Amino acid sequence: MTNVIEQLGASAVMRVREMGRMLLFVLSAFAWLVRPPFRFHQIMKQLHFIGYRSTFVVVLTAGFTGMVLALQGYYSLRKFGAEGVLGSAVALSMIRELGPVLAALMVTARAGSAMTAEIGIMRITEQIDALDTMAINPLQYLIAPKLVAGVIGVPLLVAIFDVVGIYGGSLVGVDLLGVSEGAYWSSIESAVEWKDVYGGILKSISFGLIVSCVCCYKGFYTRQSAEGLGRATTEAVVLSSVLILVWDYFLTSVLL
Amino acid sequence: MIRLIGVEKKLGGQPVLQGIDLSIPVGKLTTIIGRSGEGKSVLLKHMIGLMQPDRGEVWVGDVEISRLSGTRLNDVRKRFAMLFQGAALFDSLSVFENVAFPLREKLRMKGPAVARRVEEKLEEVGLAGMGHKFPAELSGGMRKRAGLARALVMEPEIILFDEPTTGLDPLMAKSIHDLIVTMHRRFGFTAVMVSHEIPEIFAISDWVAMIWKGKIAAMATAAEFQRTTDPDIHEFISVGGTVALPGLLVG
Repeated sequence: MTNVIEQLGASAVMRVREMGRMLLFVLSAFAWLVRPPFRFHQIMKQLHFIGYRSTFVVVLTAGFTGMVLALQGYYSLRKFGAEGVLGSAVALSMIRELGPVLAALMVTARAGSAMTAEIGIMRITEQIDALDTMAINPLQYLIAPKLVAGVIGVPLLVAIFDVVGIYGGSLVGVDLLGVSEGAYWSSIESAVEWKDVYGGILKSISFGLIVSCVCCYKGFYTRQSAEGLGRATTEAVVLSSVLILVWDYFLTSVLL
Repeated sequence: MIRLIGVEKKLGGQPVLQGIDLSIPVGKLTTIIGRSGEGKSVLLKHMIGLMQPDRGEVWVGDVEISRLSGTRLNDVRKRFAMLFQGAALFDSLSVFENVAFPLREKLRMKGPAVARRVEEKLEEVGLAGMGHKFPAELSGGMRKRAGLARALVMEPEIILFDEPTTGLDPLMAKSIHDLIVTMHRRFGFTAVMVSHEIPEIFAISDWVAMIWKGKIAAMATAAEFQRTTDPDIHEFISVGGTVALPGLLVG
């Protein structure tokens, strides 16, 4: 019994220590970000990688999410004779919840895992040490641009996700199931408020930060082996996804 | 120029360095030898601040670097360059961009001045016309040469070589050794090399230091080192040496 308690305690201490190390890692990276030299080119390169190159998968996911949401929504709303509010149901679900969460999860799967693997390989092959020996801080050169790109890129992807999702809903609701086009769009106009959009933006910024922080951290502290790199990549994806869902709940409960 | 005083380091709870006292002579090529796992690379990483000792001091010139970090440590590192075991070239950059990297990132150099200096260094290491290739397209020896060009391009005072011939065939290893010696003579930098290549290192090194059980067992000129009567050192160098150069080891 004592052993079990000891193990639980040790595990808890280890996790708290890891969280502290991650916080210091992120704060140091942001502190290095505001020191010259400023590497805008690196930020643009990362934005291209995290943002532009995730667009296809985000558009695909958004389109089908909007379409299935319209299908399910129509089925439920028809029972109450409320098909006219299908547009607002799709739009509110997208903007408030599904857009930020699903886009962030897709970015985690596509760009986050790649970030961890890239940084991890650089660690294993001593490329990060090489940066250090050239008196170039790896946090400034390698990590800070990825954090900034995550914070800017994910909200932009979420905006695309929302728009495509709402159009996907319209495609199924209006063109396939026969909901009035006017009713679909006007219900969106009357139901969606600024605070819904604001909440979605806030969520997507924080999710972008979570994905980039966790994935960069896991890559940066990869153990020196191929197995360690595999484990780091898995941990980065799992931890990012779990944190996104947990943080989503807390943020939603505050924003409501 | 580089002095280590009573340096101790444990890795994973195991003592690796157990009181290293070592002075690296300025402008000379000093080679550190020792058994695998004795901490030769760890020692090298202490010299450039990639690792901090648990105890002891590391001096570079008149600066004690073992507790330095951030900008102050970077100021010291500007005097160094390092050639890693696997060359540590950036995968995503071409050979040209790898060599140009410190010039662009540290000196903020641009345009033809960068190209001129990079081409010059590539030519010196025998990689003229190979600048467009990526590290994945290079052989082991070429990667080491590219790494050496990147180390030389900033014209540092000190260059650290971490097993520069590991994984190379004997001919390629000899050509890398020759290149290091040629560059050392031409530019006069202080060189510290970790190597297993016995007896070849006796022919190229000015000084040889040996780590034994976490301490510096001996440091002497290459010629003096081979005349040692210490049984541990003699046994170690004779394993590699008796095969190729038996005459040198008897003294």
